[in-house]
Amino acid sequence: MTFYLIPKLNYHKPRSLDEALKLLNELEDAKVIAGGTDLIVDIKTGGIKPPKNLVDITFIDELKHIHVDSKSIRIGAATTLQEILESNVLKEQIPVLVEAVSSMGSWHLRNMATIGGNLCNASPAADTAPPLLVLNAEVKLNSVDGERTVPLMKFFTGPKQTVLKPNELMTEIIIPKPPENSGMKFIKLGRRNAHTLSIVAVAALVKVEDERFGDVRIALNAVAPTPIRALKTEKALIGENVSIEVIEEKVKLVAEEVNPITDVRASAEYRREMSVVLTRDAIIESLKNLGFKLEV
Amino acid sequence: MKIKFTLNGELVEVEVPPNMTLLDLLRRKLGVMSVKRGCDRGECGSCTVLVDGKPVYSCLILAPKIEGRSVVTVEYLSKNSELHPVQEAFIEAGAVQCGFCTPAFILTAYALLNRNPNPSEYEVKKAFEGLICRCTGYVKMVEAVLLAAKKLKH
Repeated sequence: MTFYLIPKLNYHKPRSLDEALKLLNELEDAKVIAGGTDLIVDIKTGGIKPPKNLVDITFIDELKHIHVDSKSIRIGAATTLQEILESNVLKEQIPVLVEAVSSMGSWHLRNMATIGGNLCNASPAADTAPPLLVLNAEVKLNSVDGERTVPLMKFFTGPKQTVLKPNELMTEIIIPKPPENSGMKFIKLGRRNAHTLSIVAVAALVKVEDERFGDVRIALNAVAPTPIRALKTEKALIGENVSIEVIEEKVKLVAEEVNPITDVRASAEYRREMSVVLTRDAIIESLKNLGFKLEV
Repeated sequence: MKIKFTLNGELVEVEVPPNMTLLDLLRRKLGVMSVKRGCDRGECGSCTVLVDGKPVYSCLILAPKIEGRSVVTVEYLSKNSELHPVQEAFIEAGAVQCGFCTPAFILTAYALLNRNPNPSEYEVKKAFEGLICRCTGYVKMVEAVLLAAKKLKH
């Protein structure tokens, strides 16, 4: 039987955003905790240096919401993954995010884990990242000094690293409404079917105009130091005829865009190969969601 | 620090060190031994409790987080000393082997049936995806939940 020891720490429970931002600004060696499903494991297993202060942001109501208006969808950073999974409006408007969340952890973990936590933990294998990247999402970061909005593409800077300053808090994820008549799909490959981490996962979003690819967006996780967009492959597909042959030819470019490592889950070679295969499948499935019948 | 929450319907006020997990608070301070320590790192699910009706891993929650919440353990289901239909169904379906993971599976099944009285086999499996049974007795546990759903309808 394993016992993990958690070193002594102070636990803060701000009830408002202002209070939380003041605490993050004033406290020495403070870390934000939301669901804790990554942070507590990291503290227990020595993955990070335990902080002196934890600031729990899940008592702040204004960080938990799903708002939809004519231009965008806004999700509070402390919204749980299970709340996202059960949201009918998200299922209808951005199914690619809901599909990704459905593949994450377990019911038990999703009841605790938050979307902001998944992004701020900045694992290269974060599963909310590929769908949010193809949706051109932005994240809102607040501090006592003010507020800034950063495209998610520019948020991650390396494994477990982001542009967040020590006194900053992610408060909202802002997702522009996807283009009309776009098809999307998330596909994840893990070592098993449930409660698993990605070997690689791909999100795709496609729009077809006059039988040709109009908009194509592709994002992958677990195959580079951060989740990435496959911009070269996207560019190669845009304007081309929609056919299996074209897709199979162009997705080969993905192998050049990824930069995977070998770890306990898979080898770099396997990840590179599967990046191509999953990208092909995600594009084909996105097209099927638009009603296209493709001959294989 | 002092925290207040309800445990199986009763108000509890207790002094806890902020680095104590809910799992340790329940087992070591409050003597609730049905909540099991398995992996202690959010992988096995044996420490499952319900917080505000939702199954969570108590090994990943620091005690201060449950301030003002409702915590339910398997003891709550047979509070009036009669077995709950979910517990009866687990016995009738033969869904218990060594018993270590049983409280976690029963609580998860109870939470599932509270929100979805008529789950499909897939929905039961999806609800159980974060629970590990070392005896691998999953088939009968899924059957038990479907049987419990029938029992609860009558």
